[in-house]
Amino acid sequence: MIIGTAKETYRADEALLTTRPQQVWMAVLLAGLAVLPFTFNAYWTYLACLVLINVIAATGLNVLTGFTGLVSLGHAAFMAIGAYTVAWLERDIGTPLLLNLLAGGLLAAGIGVIVGLPSLRVKGLYLAIATIAASFILHFVFVEWTAVTGGSAGISLQPGTVFGVALVDYTQLYWLIMPICVLMVTGAANLFRNRIGRAFIAIRDRDISAEVLGIPILRYKLMSFALASFYAGVAGGLWAYFFRVVTPESFPLLTSIFLLAAVIVGGMGTILGGVIGALFMTLVPELLRFGVELLGPVIPNAGLILSPVRTIVFGALIVGFLVFEPQGLTEIVQRIRRFFRLWPFRT
Amino acid sequence: MSDDLLFFTEVTLAGLGSGALLALTALSFVLIYKATRVINLAVGETLMLGGYLFLAFAAGMGLPVWAALPLAIAGGGVLGAIVERGLIRPMLGKSPISVFMVTVGLGSVLVGLVEMLWGTDPRTLPGFIANTPVFIGEAYVSRKIVVAFIAAALVIGVFLALFRFWRGGVALRATASDQAAAYSCGINVPGVFSIAWIIGCATAAGTGVLLGAIGGISPSMGIFGLSALVVVIVGGLDSILGALIGGLGLGLIQAWTGSYLGGEYQSVVTFGLLIVTLVIRPYGLFGTHEIERL
Repeated sequence: MIIGTAKETYRADEALLTTRPQQVWMAVLLAGLAVLPFTFNAYWTYLACLVLINVIAATGLNVLTGFTGLVSLGHAAFMAIGAYTVAWLERDIGTPLLLNLLAGGLLAAGIGVIVGLPSLRVKGLYLAIATIAASFILHFVFVEWTAVTGGSAGISLQPGTVFGVALVDYTQLYWLIMPICVLMVTGAANLFRNRIGRAFIAIRDRDISAEVLGIPILRYKLMSFALASFYAGVAGGLWAYFFRVVTPESFPLLTSIFLLAAVIVGGMGTILGGVIGALFMTLVPELLRFGVELLGPVIPNAGLILSPVRTIVFGALIVGFLVFEPQGLTEIVQRIRRFFRLWPFRT
Repeated sequence: MSDDLLFFTEVTLAGLGSGALLALTALSFVLIYKATRVINLAVGETLMLGGYLFLAFAAGMGLPVWAALPLAIAGGGVLGAIVERGLIRPMLGKSPISVFMVTVGLGSVLVGLVEMLWGTDPRTLPGFIANTPVFIGEAYVSRKIVVAFIAAALVIGVFLALFRFWRGGVALRATASDQAAAYSCGINVPGVFSIAWIIGCATAAGTGVLLGAIGGISPSMGIFGLSALVVVIVGGLDSILGALIGGLGLGLIQAWTGSYLGGEYQSVVTFGLLIVTLVIRPYGLFGTHEIERL
C-alpha cells in the first residue's frame, strides 16, 4: 500500500512518472514494445503497427480536443495531407523518408492553422461542423488536383528506405513506426509540463477566463491546431508507407469519427486516454472478427454480418462510454489503481 | 421561351423540389435543437431508417401505400421516443459535444442495423407516384419532385400552424425561449423534450420516404443529413424561418452548381458556403446571437 508520495524537489514533483509502480510499468511497456516483433507473427505485428499509427493520430486529436477543448471532426483530412505529401515527395522528389514524414507533418500543421482560423469566431459544435466542412473541401482538392494527387486513383508508393534498409515487411515497418510513436507520445506528455500545455488546459476549462488571465487565446488555439495536425500528418505519412497507396477514399469522415471515438473511449484530456483508446478501438473490430468466426458454424452467413456488426459495435461503444463511463477507459484504469493502492485494507 | 432559359427554369424547379426536402429535414433539426439544445447528427440516419421502414411495410409485408406511409412515420416517432428517453435524457446537463457525439454513435448503430437487416445494396421503393412528368408552362418537372415539394410545403404549413395555435406547440416555444420560466409556469418540460424528439424523428422518417421515392434508398443516404446540417447552420440553428429559406436556397444553389459547374463541385460549394457563414455570421442568418458571459 502506498501511503503518500513525498518529494523533496520541484523536479521530482514535475516528473512524468512520479511513483515507483509507474516507472516499473513504463519499463515493462517499453520492454514489451521492444520484444513484440520477435514474439508475434506477421499478422499481429501488422495490427501493432496499425495501433501505433492510430495512437499518434489520436494523441494529436487528444491535444486538440481533450486538452484544448476544440472538437475536430476533420482530423482524417490532416492525416490525408500528411499521406499525400509523403507520397508525392517519394514519387516526384525522392527526398529521404524521415524528411518526408517531417514535411508531411509540417504541411498538415500549416493547413491545420488555416482550418483552425474559424475558431477565432466559433467554438464548440460550430467548430466541429466547420472542420467537417474543411475536410470535405480538402477531399475535393485530393480528387481534382490530379497533377499532384493522382485523382481518384491516388498514388502508389515504392517501399520506403531508412538508412539503406528497405521497409518491406511489417517487422521492418514496426521498427520505424514504434520509435516515432514513443517519441511523439512522450512529446505530448511533456507538453503539459510547461507553459504551452497549461495554457491549453486553461483555454479548455474556460476560454474567457483564460483570456482575462493574459493568455493570448487565438495564438494558443492555432498552436493547438497546428500541433494536432502535425501529429495527424506524421501519422498519415506513416500510414502511406505502411499501406503504400493513398487515395481520396483512404481517409473518409468515418476515420475522423473513429479518432474522436478513440479519444472519448480512452478518456479525454489524459495522454494515457489517447493511447489506450486507440489501442481499444483498433483491436475491437479484430476481436469481433474472431467472435464472428467462432459463431460461423451456428449462424449461416456469419461473414456477411461482420461489417454491420462492426458498425453497430462502433456506434454502441461511443454511446455506451458517453452515457455510462464519460471519463473513458482511463477512469477504469484509475479505479484499478486505487483498488491496489489501498489493497488489502479496503477492497 | 429560349432553350437556355427553359433549361434554367427546369433546373431551378428541380432545385426547389430538393430544397423543400432539405427544408423539411432542417426543420427536424431545428425542432429538436430548439427544445433540447441538442444537434441531432443522426437525423440523416433517421431519414434512411424511415425509407427502409416504408420498404419493409410496403414491399416486405405487402401493405398498401396509405398504410405503409403512416407506419413508417410512426416508426420514426417511436425511434425518437426511445432515443430521447434512453440516451438523451441521461445526458442532460452534460457538455453539448458529448451529446452531439452520442447522436453520431447512434447514427452508426442505425446504419449497422439497416445493413444487417436489408444489406448494403441500394434499393428502390415501390412506386407510389406516377412517372408521367408534369409541365409547368413549357418546363419539364418530374412528378415525384412536384409531389415531394407539395408534401413538404403542406407539412411545413401544418407545423407553423401547430407552433402558433396548438398548446404543445406553444409549450415548445416557451421551453425554447426559457426553460426555467417554462417549468415555473407549469409546463411539463421533459414532456416537451419527448414530443420534440418524437415529432422531429417522425418528420425525418417521412422525409426519408419522399427522398427514397425520388432517388432510391441505400444505407449511405444519411449523408443527406450533412446537407441539412449546412442548411441549419446557415439559416440559424433555432430559426424555423432560417430552415425554410436556407433549405430552399441550398437546394437551388446545389441544383445550379450541379448543372452548370458539374456534380463534383456541389460539396465544395455547399461546405464553402457553410464556412463563409460561420466566419461572417456564426449564429446563422436568422439565429439568435447568444452572448457569453464569464
